[in-house]
Amino acid sequence: MKNYKFVGGIHPPANKLSAKLPIEKAPLPKKVILPLAQHIGAPNEAIVAKGEEVIIGQVIGQNKKAFVSALVHASISGKVIDVAPYPHPLGLKIPAIVIEASDEQPDAGYKQEKTNILSEDPAHVQGLIYAAGLVGLGGATFPTHVKLSPPENKPIDTLIINGAECEPYLTADHRIMLEYPNQLIKGIQALMHILGIKQAIIGIEYNKPDAIEVLSHAVKNTSGIQVAGLKVKYPQGSEKHLIKALLNREVPLPPGLPMDVGVVVQNIGTIYAVYEALYWGKPLIERVVTVTGSGIKTPKNLLVRIGTPIADIIEYCGGLTDDAAKIILGGPMMGMAQYTTEVPVIKGTSGILVQTESEVPASAYHDCIRCGKCVSICPMCLLPNLLGIYAEKQMFAEAEAAGVLNCLECGCCVYVCPANRPMIQMIKHAKASIMAKRRKAKAA
Amino acid sequence: MIEAILTIGGIGLISSLGLGIAAKKFAVEIDPKIEAVDNALPGVNCGACGFAGCHGFAEAVVAGLAEVNGCLAGGESVACKVAALMGVEAGAVDKMIARLMCQGGINKTKLKYQYMGINDCQAANLLAGGNKACAFGCLGLGSCAWVCPVEAIKISDDGLALVDEGLCIGCGKCVDICPKNVIKLAPHNQAVTVLCNSVDKGALVRKQCQIGCIGCMKCKKVCPEDAVSINSFLAHIDPDKCSSCGACVKNCPTKCIRSI
Repeated sequence: MKNYKFVGGIHPPANKLSAKLPIEKAPLPKKVILPLAQHIGAPNEAIVAKGEEVIIGQVIGQNKKAFVSALVHASISGKVIDVAPYPHPLGLKIPAIVIEASDEQPDAGYKQEKTNILSEDPAHVQGLIYAAGLVGLGGATFPTHVKLSPPENKPIDTLIINGAECEPYLTADHRIMLEYPNQLIKGIQALMHILGIKQAIIGIEYNKPDAIEVLSHAVKNTSGIQVAGLKVKYPQGSEKHLIKALLNREVPLPPGLPMDVGVVVQNIGTIYAVYEALYWGKPLIERVVTVTGSGIKTPKNLLVRIGTPIADIIEYCGGLTDDAAKIILGGPMMGMAQYTTEVPVIKGTSGILVQTESEVPASAYHDCIRCGKCVSICPMCLLPNLLGIYAEKQMFAEAEAAGVLNCLECGCCVYVCPANRPMIQMIKHAKASIMAKRRKAKAA
Repeated sequence: MIEAILTIGGIGLISSLGLGIAAKKFAVEIDPKIEAVDNALPGVNCGACGFAGCHGFAEAVVAGLAEVNGCLAGGESVACKVAALMGVEAGAVDKMIARLMCQGGINKTKLKYQYMGINDCQAANLLAGGNKACAFGCLGLGSCAWVCPVEAIKISDDGLALVDEGLCIGCGKCVDICPKNVIKLAPHNQAVTVLCNSVDKGALVRKQCQIGCIGCMKCKKVCPEDAVSINSFLAHIDPDKCSSCGACVKNCPTKCIRSI
């Protein structure tokens, strides 16, 4: 399939250390911490109390009023030992349910694979997706059932499956594509059934030729699903850029969404979770996490229960090396650095990356030298240099006028900046201040 | 030659006539009182009065929309001058000054992580609430110093925003920008203050900081004026009741109560 061009982008070293390692099941955690907000949208309320016994797959967090929200399920059987704020990968302490594992650990879901999903009523199947608490597992954690219910005036014609995995280091999606191709096809067919569409495209970067081959083989006897190779370029896996590259359609600026151009994009991990939810009745209680980086002794692709503290996972992977300096949840470009290993793996945790001292950039940053590198590579055609300076000088109205809210926070500008300027922090600061001002104006 | 002189001279004459007529016809009358009040004000345009700069405040005073003692920066002397111009009594002026309710510098408070970002407290606060172990303490990156119109705030070597109380005009800009709400406005004559902002439990405060309020109630017990109250593990001194006797300062086990 032809690839269309998108402006900007960079070519960071791929560093896919764990690409050849099969997905391994991590040992069951003794304790899980399940934050009540693991998705974009309204946070959940705990519907179990301290001291209660819960079984695996039981709904423990729910928001009955909000549509844009996703259920939280118990990822192990055991006893609720605390409902209180705990450190969350995004930084602040957020209310969470802590479960201590009991001795007996049954499996979640059906005993046998279901067969008749494609003959059931689409609305019913969509209900199953909501009940499984599915969110986008690429990292943005947008509730899946919301993406699958476009308003009537926005007809969908194409489902794009995002197998780009353009973040360096991460290999979780790559491994799923290699190991579960037929299951992915079933998941894709189910989503096409829900959306009532005939076309699906799986986009995979050319640096994963084995995955392209395996999936091309798997789609042979299906209709409407095709596999497309994608140029190797970061941020190829951004939904907007993926749609541009495959269909040459441009998603309007925020609040524009892919559905405005007739497209729904789902990540490979999400598709696999859809398959498990529909065919095996398994809610989102585990996910594949890439544990990687030169600061970890043995990199692995692990199937981990949601809520497992990352300290347990690091220990299972042989621990940290002596010069380990920085732990990042997610990839190196968009992930969040952590200050404690008590934080749990949540639905959006695609990787645990440990960098060593020599890999962490020096602390000093300098004034902008106006070289224009960031401008030439910004995939949203913004002026990151200017946005950064505006944020530094607290000129948020000017930053808004210059389009700061359209920024993807992909990190290309920081990657190329010769003055080491932390543009993404500045831009996030500007965004947060603009949003705070809006909230204040709304409340007044 | 003569034509040129006549043309240019003529244009000059007509324009000046037009300007003269316009100046008379469209003249805006300025109340000399506004100008007099404006001249009496400090002129730093800090905005603490709630109006757009000193001129805005002067207009409001003359129009009767603001009190004559509304200029926080000017304090009593300015209030008296303005009152004299307006022909009224000045009334009492409570001069307020900004005070940092934290003594947990980097030598006293533990750090969660090494911060390598921009020098802006609000931006740092987005990263897990800043790098101080205490969630309520001064981040010391100087957003307050940056907005201070009179340069009364300096960041100490210890990473604390120190307010020069002699320079502070009490405009409250630092209070607004501080993401931790750790700078507060206090009456300038309040000598004894609890310099801590943490509402964590005592045991947690002990773990995080050597000089935080642990809510032990000792100050409340020794206070002869009953001026101390403890709310969520943090002592508070009522400036109206406090007689500055210093009993609480002597008895505070963590030295977070200070006499200034």
